[in-house]
Amino acid sequence: MWRDAVLVAGRDLRVERRSRVATNQVAPFSLLVLVLFAFALDPDRQLLERVASGLFWAAVLFSALLAIARSAAIDEADGVRDALRLSGLEPGGVFVGKAAAVAVVLLALEVLLGVGVVVLYGVDPAGAGLLALTCVAATLALAATGTLYGALVSGLRVRETLLPLLLLPTLAPVLVGATRAFEAALAGVPADGWPWVGLLSAFAVAYLIAGALAYGSLLEGS
Amino acid sequence: MTPTTSSTTSSASSTSAARPEPPGPTGPARGPAAGGASPTSPAPPHTGSRGTRVLGGAALASLALLVLYGLVVSPADAEMADSVRLMYVHVPAATFMYAGCVIATVASAFWLRRRTPGWDALAGAGAEIGLVFAAITLGTGSLWGRPTWGTYWTWDARLTSTALLAAMLLGYLALRRLDVDPGARSSRAAVLGLLLLPNAIVVNRSVEWWRSLHQQSTLVRLDPTIEGDMLVALMLGFLAIGLVFCWLLVHRFRLGWLEHQSERLDLDAALAARRAEAVPPAEGT
Amino acid sequence: MIAVTHVGYIAAGWAGTAAVLGAYAVWVLRRGRALSRRVPPEERRWS
Repeated sequence: MWRDAVLVAGRDLRVERRSRVATNQVAPFSLLVLVLFAFALDPDRQLLERVASGLFWAAVLFSALLAIARSAAIDEADGVRDALRLSGLEPGGVFVGKAAAVAVVLLALEVLLGVGVVVLYGVDPAGAGLLALTCVAATLALAATGTLYGALVSGLRVRETLLPLLLLPTLAPVLVGATRAFEAALAGVPADGWPWVGLLSAFAVAYLIAGALAYGSLLEGS
Repeated sequence: MTPTTSSTTSSASSTSAARPEPPGPTGPARGPAAGGASPTSPAPPHTGSRGTRVLGGAALASLALLVLYGLVVSPADAEMADSVRLMYVHVPAATFMYAGCVIATVASAFWLRRRTPGWDALAGAGAEIGLVFAAITLGTGSLWGRPTWGTYWTWDARLTSTALLAAMLLGYLALRRLDVDPGARSSRAAVLGLLLLPNAIVVNRSVEWWRSLHQQSTLVRLDPTIEGDMLVALMLGFLAIGLVFCWLLVHRFRLGWLEHQSERLDLDAALAARRAEAVPPAEGT
Repeated sequence: MIAVTHVGYIAAGWAGTAAVLGAYAVWVLRRGRALSRRVPPEERRWS
């Protein structure tokens, strides 16, 4: 299963390297979201700095929607789903691989957005360990949930509109937890943040297991 | 054919009348060979049966009692005054909203095991009725919040998580409504339905945690030590809303079953039409 | 009964609930009748 996961993750990342959708479209979009938040709010530094954690994770969430839709779209063209089903790869491995590829893309985006938040909103980064672990846990949660839901809607005509409707309410705990953990880290009280990291990790693990178990039935059902 | 339902055999109806729900998911799913009603006993041209009529009558009677007790007999609350009367609807509606979600999740799990259309129909029925009750919960909740809290909406943990649950139910029903191959739709809906209740619980807990960290003072809660006529009114609320829930569930389940059957008939008709198109020229020439 | 407070909110809440439940029940019943006409009786296993 792990070998299959590495294979699929390598394929998705290779597709990404050649098409450059994430670098040329999703990354500029996420930076644009940061700029738009500054337009919408008073670009008074105090306010932006105070709500920077929430804005950062909202921007990550919106960009993640694009990255997830892109990851699901890779499998839609040219009967790739059927090929995956017939290839003998384990469905759980395919799921983990796709989620890992999405997670890599999202982590790169988060680094970019982090720099953007520091530069544009004037945030002083503090508590690097907590920040990094929050990013990892939240990204795994986003990637696992997104990959599973992306498979749920893939191939449907209304997938672009249905995916956010399904994903956003489900991801509300991730947004809440990651934002609180970031706020705790930036405020210099990391002790308040660790329980949220625990919640994010539990969410990620639960969804990774659920997705690995359910993916086969979704591939068959298409 | 428009038979009156009184002409149906009583043996077939009494089984479904006594326990309207359990025979539902498995009974019709067993295939044409099984089932209590023989083809000779004419089925009614609607989703009602003797059992649902009894259930509906009981629901209407208890609703009348609820109106009597909730609006007339029971006294006003010391703290909330008369706005407590909204609670007699609100609390049972919220409870049965969760009951609908539980049914949807359990039925999805059974669908994944058995793959019979009855469980799919039951999951859809539970989720749809859950959404109806979520709308009632949110509506009565904000109407209660206006006089009590001074605002229709507040970022109260329960209010927020109920709204998110309603959004999840909307998404689930949107996925079910799609016009794709029924088999694929059922398996996708079952996976999503299986996640419905765990998601609702996680959202509820995390939002509760978030709000409790954020603000120390909890807002006015329903007094847990209600008694006397107010307790009677609340219990009547549970009874009436519960009966309405069961009645709706049976009807909606049968409707889902009919939808499944008519979809299959459409497919058969389309196949027959294609076949009829294909065969005659081959034989004619 | 004379000094009922918040009577507008209570009336709106109860009436709204009745309207939602009634409308949904009518929709289910009407659609059930419409589909029953299409599906042959041997597929409808209740009576």
